[in-house]
Amino acid sequence: MDTVLVKMEGIDKSFPGVRALINAQFELRAGEVHALVGENGAGKSTLMKILSGIYTKDAGHIYYLGEETEIDGPREAQHLGISMIHQELNLMPHLTLAQNVFIGREPRGALPFMLDERKINAQTEALFERMNLRLNPGTKASELTVAKQQMVEIAKALSFDSQVLIMDEPTAALTNAEIDELFRIIRDLRSKGVGIVYISHRLEELKQICDRITVMRDGQYVDTVDAASIPIDRIISMMVGRTIYESAPELPENRDTETVLEVRNLNRGKELIDVNFSLKKGEILGFAGLMGAGRTEVARAIFGADPVDSGEIYLYGKRVGIHHPRTAVQNGLGYLSEDRKRYGLATGLNVEINNALASMGQFLSSVGVVNDSKMEERAEQYVETLAIKTPSVNQLVKNLSGGNQQKVVIGKWLTADSDILIFDEPTRGIDVGAKSEIYHLLNELAGQGKSIIMISSELPEILRMSHRIIVMCEGRITGELDATEATQERIMTYATMRSVLTDQDDDNHSTDDAAPAAVTVSQK
Amino acid sequence: MASAATTAAPRQSILRSDAAQKLLAFGALILIFAFFSFASPVFFTWENIKGILLATAVNGILALGVTFIIITAGIDLSVGTVMTLCAVMTGVAITNLGLPIPVGILVSLLTGIAAGSVNGFFISRMGIPPFIATLGMMMMARGLALVISGVKPIYFNDAPGFRNLTMGTLVADIPNAVIILFVAAIIAAFILGKTVLGRYAVAMGSNEEATRLSGVNVANWKTAVYALGGFFSGLAGVVIASRLNSAQPALGMGYELDAIAAVVIGGTSLSGGQGTILGTVIGAFIISTLTNGLRILSVPQEWQMVVTGAIVILAVYLDIVRRRRQ
Ligand SMILES: Nc1ncnc2c1ncn2[C@@H]1O[C@H](COP(=O)(O)OP(=O)(O)OP(=O)(O)O)[C@@H](O)[C@H]1O
Ligand SMILES: [Mg+2]
Repeated sequence: MDTVLVKMEGIDKSFPGVRALINAQFELRAGEVHALVGENGAGKSTLMKILSGIYTKDAGHIYYLGEETEIDGPREAQHLGISMIHQELNLMPHLTLAQNVFIGREPRGALPFMLDERKINAQTEALFERMNLRLNPGTKASELTVAKQQMVEIAKALSFDSQVLIMDEPTAALTNAEIDELFRIIRDLRSKGVGIVYISHRLEELKQICDRITVMRDGQYVDTVDAASIPIDRIISMMVGRTIYESAPELPENRDTETVLEVRNLNRGKELIDVNFSLKKGEILGFAGLMGAGRTEVARAIFGADPVDSGEIYLYGKRVGIHHPRTAVQNGLGYLSEDRKRYGLATGLNVEINNALASMGQFLSSVGVVNDSKMEERAEQYVETLAIKTPSVNQLVKNLSGGNQQKVVIGKWLTADSDILIFDEPTRGIDVGAKSEIYHLLNELAGQGKSIIMISSELPEILRMSHRIIVMCEGRITGELDATEATQERIMTYATMRSVLTDQDDDNHSTDDAAPAAVTVSQK
Repeated sequence: MASAATTAAPRQSILRSDAAQKLLAFGALILIFAFFSFASPVFFTWENIKGILLATAVNGILALGVTFIIITAGIDLSVGTVMTLCAVMTGVAITNLGLPIPVGILVSLLTGIAAGSVNGFFISRMGIPPFIATLGMMMMARGLALVISGVKPIYFNDAPGFRNLTMGTLVADIPNAVIILFVAAIIAAFILGKTVLGRYAVAMGSNEEATRLSGVNVANWKTAVYALGGFFSGLAGVVIASRLNSAQPALGMGYELDAIAAVVIGGTSLSGGQGTILGTVIGAFIISTLTNGLRILSVPQEWQMVVTGAIVILAVYLDIVRRRRQ
């Protein structure tokens, strides 16, 4: 099938202080998966938001099935058969999943203004079933994890039966099993002639699922290439405009044995069960596991963001009671949340203020007046070291590209000068160049004697960045591995060590791996 | 009641969230009732309870409209004076122009809807924050009511049936005003739980940007929500004019705060996305029961205000504690 579904030409788009797109172009055929790649801030999301009617272009032409079209709003895009899964989660937390899926086009009841709730639920259930998604349509969206919310967003986009489906980093928050499921769905849609735009920073994925790849750089079109024949190195160098060697940074050996943080018997319902571990000075401790294994819960509990039923936390051998993030920050802890929009950033404020948010004290004079120039200076420093792409530190964070928002969160905790940093999925949505910058940064921090807990679902990242790896499954720590002995296989074995076979989760696990007593950890 | 539609599936979450809030508010109401019944022999008499019911009618109806607005994460400070403006317009129609009563009622409702739509226009088209837009409307409506009435009350002495509209009884010995409140509440609960308007009110309050991205015309629907608020102000205008057998142009200030208090006591979240009509009705009853009971116990009016204020704080605090538990 070679019908050209969409053709975009000469697209320009400026925001105050930013030229996001300059003469950009893109073409999508029926029955193809077309990847759109580029560094953070390259303009990928902006280009696709223009196609889905969220932004209006300043100049250029859009042809839909060969005919020039103006797309004035999301509604028009929907009518044309274009739907988009956004990079940032966009569910309404107070509504149920079914209500979220059908928002804006609810089946109507007896009267035209009445909702047919039964139909909404039934159709959603059928949709979830088609996706092998085991969720109850009546659950409130706020009760889901980020990964599950992402799956619901995908379900919602699918329910439009669109001709053009845009996915802006759909896999950023998904587990491998969910990614496989997504790929199955994508292949299915492709065979039905749907055109799919696939934005991702996980370049390995492109080879698996994509037919063509369009590369963008600094708002401009670079090239469109065949996915099958191009080496990944080549894509990377097109993205960044230079050749970078994506080598694993040498992990500095950690000889320090001082224990800075020790967690004992952390318990909360079914989410945390007897969590015990310790963290040494200058160590990077990787937390591996499947999504929902309880890693984020551990982090949030240590940081005082959620209450626990029982458990003790020792800092430098002294027991501390952390019941509030404020106390955690005062004790030198920093937490980089996995859900930056909800917990990590004040998106309505500018870069400068976000950068100082966790450490305002530093910027106050003795009488409590904020020292603006110092704040600005510090923000500028991190904008530079982290290569945050922003016209100035006065830009509102919500106007930054997704990856750059993530960098702002990192800058915030660096500014706070925390001794113990918990990074929850630090490289989610971050481009290759910036990723290796962040790895170098982590190394540097560890080298300076800071201790780091790194939660990540990307096994290669865990393997190459940790001194020691803790694996969790269903709220328990199921294993601990030294960097030297760790392999993907061993991690996965621990990560799937379910203690009991749960009935709602019918992952086909045989009973023989049931009930392994949690391997204990702290080896003082 | 309003949330019946949203709880189609999960069992345990019903108990945890909405229902628990209603139980809490309802329990509080029972407690207050029990307290005053013990404290004073006059409190638990049908005459007195009728008084409480009657006193709830106006505030309750206003609070219904405010519930929708607060669910969208907005606020409406104009409901009280808009209600007065509506009452004055009814007076003009019935007394000054000698039009039939139903026309007078229609005039009141339309005035309310118009004022609400203007609020909605200011907010969703001109981008003025709800607090400011409705503050402006509050003053404008007050001014207009005074101008139109010539700063004098308009009496309905020529239309004897008008007073019976609310003070008469159709069902048992219950004043019609109370029946009007209950019917209005049922309609409001239906709109919130079963219609598109209610759904979008919750969606906008929950995540406005996501609602917009879903292709919902947020500006129009928000305007509709404020217009609905105006409709309830118009209805309250009819009820208060009929009860007082006159349109009192100087009245109205302060009603908005009582209405907001009722909504908040009823568990509607000021940050949007959450709220029920039943909660609001209970909230309105709590306020009037308190006022009534304290008056019976001869607590001075100044202290009544202090107590009501403290109750609002307490109610919201309990709600916060409950939410944190989850
Ligand atoms: N609403 C906005 N207001 C101002 N600037 C914006 C806005 N949206 C995007 N930008 C800017 O436009 C540029 C392109 O952003 P875009 O979100 O398209 O990048 P991206 O390629 O999707 O990056 P990422 O991989 O990080 O998601 C960035 O410099 C960003 O700061
Ligand atoms: Mg993007």
